[in-house]
Amino acid sequence: MSMASLASADGYGNKVKQIAARYGIYIAFVVMFVFLSLWSPWFLTFDNILNILRQCSINGIIAVGATLVIITGGIDLSVGAIVALAAVSAASVAHPDSYPVIVPILVGLAVGALFGGINGFIIAKGRIAPFIVTLGMMTIVRGGSLVMSDGRPVINLSDEYNTIGGGYLWGVPLPVFLFIAVVLIGAFLLHFCKFGRHVYAVGGNELAAVVSGLNVGRVKMGVYTLAGLFAGFAGIILSSRVMTGSPAAGAGYELDAIAAVVIGGTSLAGGTGAVLGTVIGTLIIGTMNNGLDLLNVSSYFQQIVKGIIIISAVLLDQYTKNSR
Amino acid sequence: MASEWLLEMVGISKSFPGVRALDDVCLRVRAGSVHALIGENGAGKSTLMKVLNGMYRPDVGEIRLRGEPVQINGLKGALDLGISMIYQELNPIPAMTVAENIFIGREPVYGRSGVVNRRKMNADARQLFETLGLAMNPSARLSSLSVAEMQMVEIAKAISFDSEIIVMDEPTSAITDREVEKLFEIIRTLKAANKAVIYISHKMNELFQIADEMTVMRDGRYIDTQLTDKLTTQSLISMMVGRRIDEMFPKEDVPLGEVVLSVDGLTQGDRVRNVSFELRRGEILGIAGLMGAGRTELVETIFGIRKSSAGRIQIGGQPVSIATPRDAIRNRIALVSEDRKLMGLNLRASVKDNISLINLARYCNLGGVIRARQEVEVARRQIDRFKIKVSSYRQIVDTLSGGNQQKVVIAKWILTNPDIIILDEPTRGIDVGAKSEIHKIMVALAREGKAIIMISSELPDFSQEAVMASATGSH
Ligand SMILES: Nc1ncnc2c1ncn2[C@@H]1O[C@H](COP(=O)(O)OP(=O)(O)OP(=O)(O)O)[C@@H](O)[C@H]1O
Ligand SMILES: [Mg+2]
Repeated sequence: MSMASLASADGYGNKVKQIAARYGIYIAFVVMFVFLSLWSPWFLTFDNILNILRQCSINGIIAVGATLVIITGGIDLSVGAIVALAAVSAASVAHPDSYPVIVPILVGLAVGALFGGINGFIIAKGRIAPFIVTLGMMTIVRGGSLVMSDGRPVINLSDEYNTIGGGYLWGVPLPVFLFIAVVLIGAFLLHFCKFGRHVYAVGGNELAAVVSGLNVGRVKMGVYTLAGLFAGFAGIILSSRVMTGSPAAGAGYELDAIAAVVIGGTSLAGGTGAVLGTVIGTLIIGTMNNGLDLLNVSSYFQQIVKGIIIISAVLLDQYTKNSR
Repeated sequence: MASEWLLEMVGISKSFPGVRALDDVCLRVRAGSVHALIGENGAGKSTLMKVLNGMYRPDVGEIRLRGEPVQINGLKGALDLGISMIYQELNPIPAMTVAENIFIGREPVYGRSGVVNRRKMNADARQLFETLGLAMNPSARLSSLSVAEMQMVEIAKAISFDSEIIVMDEPTSAITDREVEKLFEIIRTLKAANKAVIYISHKMNELFQIADEMTVMRDGRYIDTQLTDKLTTQSLISMMVGRRIDEMFPKEDVPLGEVVLSVDGLTQGDRVRNVSFELRRGEILGIAGLMGAGRTELVETIFGIRKSSAGRIQIGGQPVSIATPRDAIRNRIALVSEDRKLMGLNLRASVKDNISLINLARYCNLGGVIRARQEVEVARRQIDRFKIKVSSYRQIVDTLSGGNQQKVVIAKWILTNPDIIILDEPTRGIDVGAKSEIHKIMVALAREGKAIIMISSELPDFSQEAVMASATGSH
């Protein structure tokens, strides 16, 4: 418990705070949603909502992996670069009349999982801080994708490949379904499986996890591998949608993902958090970007607003959690 | 206006989500006295004291100092009013030195420069230890100290504020008799200086030795306040639990079976040197010796937390190599460790998640999916068996009372159904009722043919049992 838990109020105020502490992020999302609906006639249209969801899907997929990593108390800065390497690798085997579309998909996923796995291996066996390892990996992988593509975007991709990120099902963009699928996988692993419980145990108290006989190294390998895998998947979707495997893709995506996780209420200290929070965090960032566009806020200014919202969300979270 | 009371807390109530921790509680303390605050685990003692030291704001109630109503604004506000507290849960900053831990936030500086005057800080700390009669190095890092030494640092720190009221929440749960004696000397000095000490403990003998008055709480409510002279252990216990506990530690005969564990020449560091012993089924082996004599190091080495430099371990006659706790668990050993916060619990997880953690696979299908209903049922059973006071199995362990946290650790390890159970100070912070409950469970386990190693500073508790209590030194 926090030593700073000083604020309090009468019984009624307490109730409000308890509710706010629990559902604050959802309430914030709803408020934002209602506000934008009233403000802009475009906002609450079927097309615009689908648009937001599609824009969210790539960040959301990466953020699910980041959630797992952050719950173990770690961090993964390399996922943005992995998006690029997966995009370039997948695209380079996705030219028309080369391989069936499953090949670039598997290549992209394998590249993501491989580098995520290497992160996990070094972190687990070398006992080096995840921040350092993944920072190094970020530049290695980014460099790798530049080397591989000779610094040029890989173009001329097949129509089948384009379907992954650009296709529709029942009028809904495919990436939205892929996002939902990854969320369900992540939530299932984290909340219903032994693996997920171990993820929380490692982040909550690593020494206690060791003493309880958990294979902490394997848990860490697992989360970083999944983070890489999902980043690889995001790279496939991105390159497929823009029909280009760009070595510059995904720059800064790791930070968007971390922001979504943190806004969603997962603590960087580890041991707490949930996939649903991350989904809401992703939707908040996506809705905010979309809303600022609709409100004609310049994209430069948008960055400032985004930063303010991230900090406010965490402040709100701290405040409500500490008031007892 | 002179009041008979130095401190009055009147009609204090405090609720947390799902529990009413304090319900109209009163406490009146005289200057120059030691006032014991007593009650079962989860009775609300620590919560009441955190209200006093400004950590919690009460929902309703009034606090008066020398008859004057006061408003306590946070920990700092409490210190300014002359109230300091030793917490039940230690909060050391491991990377900092003893002196830094004591003077954190009020370090002596050169003039107005803001640069810490290290020499003065260390000198002040040294002088503090001298007046308290403690031998401690001010520039040692906290991480190099034992739990008992950390506790003594906390005690010194609380006293260094020169407060009028000093709250001690189970200060003796981690220290030895010798240190307890030191502490009592310090308390007597404080008393002579007309200060008030509020003393929380589950150790009956201590209470009768040091307290002038006792206030009993039960289930968040005030029960009674009595002068110590008017009380007996029996009457105190029945006030605490609302019934009589007759035979606290019944004598039992458990026949011994074959040797399950044999340790031969085990050596680790310089505290565990060439230790050998044998443990039989049905045996409860007590390891005596002072704190810091290497008892914890010994069992941690057996359990694979520390690496041994020499020696052999056999289980059921077979030599085994235990390099990690995982290996130990595979060999059906359980270790209820000394420091529950450090290696016993995940404080951020629920009671259920802590209890089921070790052998979670048992409650999963082959694909690693948890069978939720079964897991909940198992957790509920352990909560009932160990009478853990929770608002639900979902309660986060951090919000349990200290004694109930300790019960979670024990429940968690017993659930693994081990053959060899090692308990390192298992009764730390546990109330009288629960102590006798745990003893009963240990005897029942011994009867089932389990073997038990028990490290306890409260050795008299179990040496009364008919089962063998032998002592193994580390030298
Ligand atoms: N922050 C919190 N959130 C929810 N419940 C809490 C919180 N703090 C305390 N409680 C509950 O309040 C009750 C009283 O706890 P408290 O720590 O005061 O007990 P205690 O008398 O000190 O017990 P022990 O002897 O075990 O230390 C317990 O049931 C506990 O679970
Ligand atoms: Mg307590």
